[in-house]
Amino acid sequence: MNVLGFSKVVFGLAAMLFLLAPLAAILPLAFTDSVFLNYPIASYSTRWFNELVTADVWRRSIINSLIIGFGTTVLATVLGTLAALGLRRQEASWLFAFARTAFLLPMVVPAVVLGVGLQLMFARYNLANSYLGVIIAHTVIAVPFVVINVSAVLQAIEPRLEQAAASLGAAPPTVLARVTLPLAAPGIISGAVFAFATSLDEVVLTLFVAGPNQRTLARQMFSSIRENISPSIAAAALIFILGTIAAATVLNVLRRYRKPARAVS
Amino acid sequence: MTQPFIGFEKVSKVFGALTVVDQLDLAIHEGEFVSMLGPSGSGKTTILMMLAGFEAPSSGKISVAGRQVDQLPPHKRNMGVVFQNYALFPHMSVADNIAFPLSMRGVAKAESDQRVRRALDMVQLGALSDRRPSQLSGGQQQRVALARALVFEPQVVLMDEPLGALDKKLREQMQLDIRDLHRRLGLTIVFVTHDQSEALTMSDRIAVFNRGKIEQIGTPNEIYDHPATRFVAEFIGETNLIHATAEAADGEVSRVVLANGQSLSVGRKALKPGEQVCLSVRPERIKPSGTQENRIAGTVRDVVYHGDHLRLIVDAAGQTVVLRSERSEAAPTIGDGIEMSFSPRDCWVVAR
Ligand SMILES: Nc1ncnc2c1ncn2[C@@H]1O[C@H](COP(=O)(O)OP(=O)(O)OP(=O)(O)O)[C@@H](O)[C@H]1O
Ligand SMILES: [Mg+2]
Repeated sequence: MNVLGFSKVVFGLAAMLFLLAPLAAILPLAFTDSVFLNYPIASYSTRWFNELVTADVWRRSIINSLIIGFGTTVLATVLGTLAALGLRRQEASWLFAFARTAFLLPMVVPAVVLGVGLQLMFARYNLANSYLGVIIAHTVIAVPFVVINVSAVLQAIEPRLEQAAASLGAAPPTVLARVTLPLAAPGIISGAVFAFATSLDEVVLTLFVAGPNQRTLARQMFSSIRENISPSIAAAALIFILGTIAAATVLNVLRRYRKPARAVS
Repeated sequence: MTQPFIGFEKVSKVFGALTVVDQLDLAIHEGEFVSMLGPSGSGKTTILMMLAGFEAPSSGKISVAGRQVDQLPPHKRNMGVVFQNYALFPHMSVADNIAFPLSMRGVAKAESDQRVRRALDMVQLGALSDRRPSQLSGGQQQRVALARALVFEPQVVLMDEPLGALDKKLREQMQLDIRDLHRRLGLTIVFVTHDQSEALTMSDRIAVFNRGKIEQIGTPNEIYDHPATRFVAEFIGETNLIHATAEAADGEVSRVVLANGQSLSVGRKALKPGEQVCLSVRPERIKPSGTQENRIAGTVRDVVYHGDHLRLIVDAAGQTVVLRSERSEAAPTIGDGIEMSFSPRDCWVVAR
């Protein structure tokens, strides 16, 4: 191995260590038997996982996260897919450019700014402290991920395929249902996974718009750190990470599945 | 015939500053097999796409069966289209691809299955019906596209180089099959091809395109024997273009002179004395002997072996002339002086 190759490997390992070290440091503490979040671990137990599912605040927050996560996923995926379909035409008009930017804006606008705005608006429309309100707020920041993912697959679909379907007698809605959407499915699904993940770890907007009844897991972790640090936070983090790994696995499987469909021109 | 089945009237298509189709007038009759032949970029695909409804003409009118179709969306035109790049649905099996137009027309499952099987047999792909298009070779994909465009027996079939990816043997087989279907079902076929021999063998009429305009339209015979322009003469088949100057036109025959002062007679054609012209003479019409009326002396520069025949490359009158010679004859060798000749009927005058 030459020097360059060697240093590449060393650098890569260092970067991985940098990214993973914090996780490696905290995760074993999920299995501690002690009430303190520190090393060394004297004895191991799963009591903190028990606490997560039995303690009311934790259980409630997990259920909330799932409700809000699924609501956000459905809403963001539908809206984002429709937006991507609408923005698909390669028109160079400023209106299209503006719309495209507008859909991606929530990714760059500071969450605090969005949060304040949403809070004011929700107070006015009676959405404050409601599940629907939180789902809408999460959808706002999840939609860009869906738009980006679906736009990417739509771009890869040959217009000729849709023309072929039309020439064979398919009206536009049929073309959409039988050709465009099936071909876009991998992008739609990965958009949905991103939307769910976004909702799952969103804290700032949730702080602004959620009431005590809509506390999500991320929000609960956030406040429990400030109030009383206990190893239950490490257990929650472990669950989070396993969820994320599961989502990433889904995405990877999809990518592999998507390749043959793209190979044909 | 009074009203054409498919009519283009002064149809133009402009992309930005580029005029791709220029004031096209074209009439195609019901049941006719018309080929569009032309170099790459001459607008053939664009014309087909306008007919299928995927591109709107910049100006002009297109009518089908006496009805103007400009407002008719593609899915209501009932035309089978074989696209240049196949356009098979990658997420469906071969059989599902072919069944697609049938399911759009509400054909019952049992009948659909039967028709799909027949279409697959026609293109000799019966064994591959469960494969995905990505698991097929280019030629196999092309045949699936053909089956899909024909299975619903549309009145009009548009084909954009449908046989381009096939090997010679399969291509000739498919040419026969398409011709057979054309006759049996009374299809009207518009067929785009690069391959002039394919156009000559398959078509009722050929339209030769150059830069978005029709250079000439006519039967294969007319196009081959009486090319209207130098472009057509060169594009269809192989030809010798012998530079000459018109001398006189008296009644049945005209005379031209070559650069070396030699005078030749050509078929009847109105020529102005002094006009610069080209004589188009096919290699197979020139005899390597002095038996015909127009004789030219030359020196053999090369003899090329082609299996069933020889090609002689001859320098004569300051130009290069190619002719075809039977192998059985006592073949000339390089450097020989020879006398070639051709009949006035076998040469055709085109503008230079
Ligand atoms: N959508 C488009 N926008 C701009 N230019 C186009 C478009 N479609 C076609 N052209 C141009 O129009 C010209 C004719 O294209 P067309 O595809 O009709 O040619 P063709 O005769 O089918 O060529 P080939 O034999 O290579 O398929 C080309 O110069 C092409 O670049
Ligand atoms: Mg083309």
